Amino acid sequence: MERAQHGVVLFYSMSHALWAEKLFKGTGIPVKLIPVPRQLSSDCGICLRFDQPDEPRVRDILDRKQIEIQGIHPI
Amino acid sequence: MTGVKTIYLDNAATSWPKPEAVYRAMDDFMRRTGASPGRSGHRLSIEAGRVAYDTREALAMLFGVRDPTRIVFTANATEALNVVIRGMLHPGDHVITSGMEHNSVMRPLRAAEQAGVRVTVVPYQPAGTLQAGGVERAIGEDTRLIVLSHASNVAGNLLPIAEAGLIARKRGVTFLVDAAQTAGCCAINVEAMNIDVLAFSGHKGLYGPQGTGGLYIRQGMESRIRPLKHGGTGSRSESEYQPEFLPDKYESGTPNTVGLAGLCAGVRFVLEQGGAIQRRERELAAALLQGLGGIPGVVVHGQNSAEGRIAVISFNISGLTPSEVSMGLEEHGILCRPGLHCSPAAHRTLGTFPQGTARLSPGYFTSDEDIEAALQAVREIAARGAGG
Ligand SMILES: Cc1ncc(COP(=O)(O)O)c(C=O)c1O
Repeated sequence: MERAQHGVVLFYSMSHALWAEKLFKGTGIPVKLIPVPRQLSSDCGICLRFDQPDEPRVRDILDRKQIEIQGIHPI
Repeated sequence: MTGVKTIYLDNAATSWPKPEAVYRAMDDFMRRTGASPGRSGHRLSIEAGRVAYDTREALAMLFGVRDPTRIVFTANATEALNVVIRGMLHPGDHVITSGMEHNSVMRPLRAAEQAGVRVTVVPYQPAGTLQAGGVERAIGEDTRLIVLSHASNVAGNLLPIAEAGLIARKRGVTFLVDAAQTAGCCAINVEAMNIDVLAFSGHKGLYGPQGTGGLYIRQGMESRIRPLKHGGTGSRSESEYQPEFLPDKYESGTPNTVGLAGLCAGVRFVLEQGGAIQRRERELAAALLQGLGGIPGVVVHGQNSAEGRIAVISFNISGLTPSEVSMGLEEHGILCRPGLHCSPAAHRTLGTFPQGTARLSPGYFTSDEDIEAALQAVREIAARGAGG
């Protein structure tokens, strides 16, 4: 199986997803809002995709800004 | 009458005109975005979601809130107040309010009273600290909520919100503030003022369009407030139960996103102006108070100084009813609001019930000439009233 190259952050609401998107735009970490992939389930229809190698920084920033998330998954 | 300039002095009802950026943002949203936020995940839906999010963020900044998702949108301040009052009180609960409230507070409270909630109305005292003391003395075992307006929409006086907030926090009672008249023109910091829930109008001092308003809800409070509406939120779509998280818990149904686009531009305008709005409105209030004070037959109700108040001024002319005054003003192009201003309680407190008052409420875009024209009109009407 091919190794995942992206991860996604799942959120409770679109407001949280957009909050996170805005934060990451300020940090230069490339992110993109995408519809939640079929194999995952989330409260909110969109999620934030990031490049897999950025995962530690992504987690760290979400943590520091205390943005509630539903989870982080490779895709 | 043709040729008479329109002077709008009814900003306490809804502000007008709006900053140019508000008109542009709404036109732009309707033409270029238009989609429903958070429902579909496509580009325009996400863009619409960003409009709503940006509005939350601007409001969070204005009110000193760290987490923008604590801002919930409603159709107006009335709906916001109903969410909290109807959503958290149960028969047997006790609630405290003041004698200066608008019917958007009093009517939901009176309805709750009919359902078995006990309501205490603390008499309004011109010296604010006295009133906060009255609130404290009214607190009992079963007191669940204190509701106060930040400023009266009739007399323009500020209520002692910071003092009351301190008391509420100390006694563990939820503190709800009706900031319909003050959001945008008075500094509000929900942390410093110990405000648990703040209700605001989007269409007054925040310069958004009608049909906008909302709430700030402190972290954790949502477990105690039932939503007024249940329905689709775009989130947790597989579940037939309302989500418990903010803002979705209280935002069922397609929102007024075009209104939010306007509100966002309005709040950003307020943030850009900084303290200039309050300073200007204080000047306008001072000029009106000074002018009205020198006109024989004119009685200004409530506080006479420009300090501790907003630019909302109620007056009467002896021998004339408030509607006669307002019709006289309209002949001079001046638009104001006569009567009871949806606030019978406040008028009882001021001793102006049931005839009411004429209310002048200038705004940030009111000029010195507008104020002078209004004062000149009042002089003429008062002279005529006294003569006839
Ligand atoms: C003190 C006060 N509270 C509440 C309201 C209700 O606001 P809205 O018209 O946004 O429902 C108003 C104004 O109408 C008001 O002046």
